[in-house]
Amino acid sequence: MRLEPIVGKYGEFDFEKKKVRLYFEEAGSGIPLLCLHTAGSDGRQYRAVLNDPQITKNFRVITFDMPWHGKSSPPAGWEKEDYRLTTGSYTEMIMGFAHALGLEKPVVMGCSIGGRIVLDLALKHAGELRALVGLQTGAFVERYYDSSWLDHPEVHGGRACGALAYGLMSPLSPEKERWETVWHYMQGGPGVFTGDLYFYQVEGDIRGRIGEIDTSLCPLYLLTGEYDYSASPRDTEAVAARVKGAKFTVMKGLGHFPMSENPEAFLGYLRPVLAEIASR
Amino acid sequence: MVEVGDQQYLLQIENGLIQKMEIGPFVQRTWRFAIRAKREAWEKFWQKTPAPGWHDLFGLLRRGEVAFEGDQRVLMAYLQYVKLVLAAPRKA
Repeated sequence: MRLEPIVGKYGEFDFEKKKVRLYFEEAGSGIPLLCLHTAGSDGRQYRAVLNDPQITKNFRVITFDMPWHGKSSPPAGWEKEDYRLTTGSYTEMIMGFAHALGLEKPVVMGCSIGGRIVLDLALKHAGELRALVGLQTGAFVERYYDSSWLDHPEVHGGRACGALAYGLMSPLSPEKERWETVWHYMQGGPGVFTGDLYFYQVEGDIRGRIGEIDTSLCPLYLLTGEYDYSASPRDTEAVAARVKGAKFTVMKGLGHFPMSENPEAFLGYLRPVLAEIASR
Repeated sequence: MVEVGDQQYLLQIENGLIQKMEIGPFVQRTWRFAIRAKREAWEKFWQKTPAPGWHDLFGLLRRGEVAFEGDQRVLMAYLQYVKLVLAAPRKA
């Protein structure tokens, strides 16, 4: 067995005045690079970044499974309420985790809901961050399907969530990596994907405020796969047009999950961005 | 029921196999759910390598290029299967 350099750890994490057993993985040393997974999935999506020696020689790459996701537990009493992610809880989670680990001016990179929350971080926490990288960033995604079917007692949630994620990927991405991305979705807990989508498709509309983002305080890079129809290149372009200094790149042949659906192609886009961040 | 423009196809599926396909027009036929799109939309969907946004049923849905009607529960319960069956002509 060839061992990977990734190390996984658990810790007791304070979140919304409760304790959560949180799982995170890391590899490398240097500038902290905190990676945020997509709605309804977990940190395994970033395995290629954590395993890339070109990145880990200069960056301490860290990814945590959000509470309710992957190997992180929900807080005690989760059975009494519906899980719902909000701008406030998501921001507290990210900044709280960075603080708990003592990360000094980390780079934060997020995809989908993670690509969306980096815009809030740019507004409220620019001074505490070295740079932000948004993957599949949009200011708001209007509902174009009824997500209540993803959490319905007469529909298998894993199968429905998996099928939804499948379509958001590029037909050009390798089969093996696409189906692994689907598998992560199939393993999500009931109602967790829809709970994340509450932030993404209902509560977290930031369209009115993105013009206030100041990229001189914290650089903002936006990378979007061209096959994504949820947060499409046009959506990201609309953000870039309103945020002075934002650097936007369309990733050819990639979809909504660039880091996991086609790791090699994605690393080709990410490495130059990280090299630029490291040189600043 | 699958509609390619005006052309109707009624598929009967059991145990993951298409048992029967009838070609319309139909008179007073019952179906569980229907997927309807213009012929041009299906032609883009069935390209060997479809263009972005034309590569998935929900991509067509976002563009307003497809309509899902009837029992949505059955469609969502079998969504991956439906997606793969309807994309199968790409290989032909």
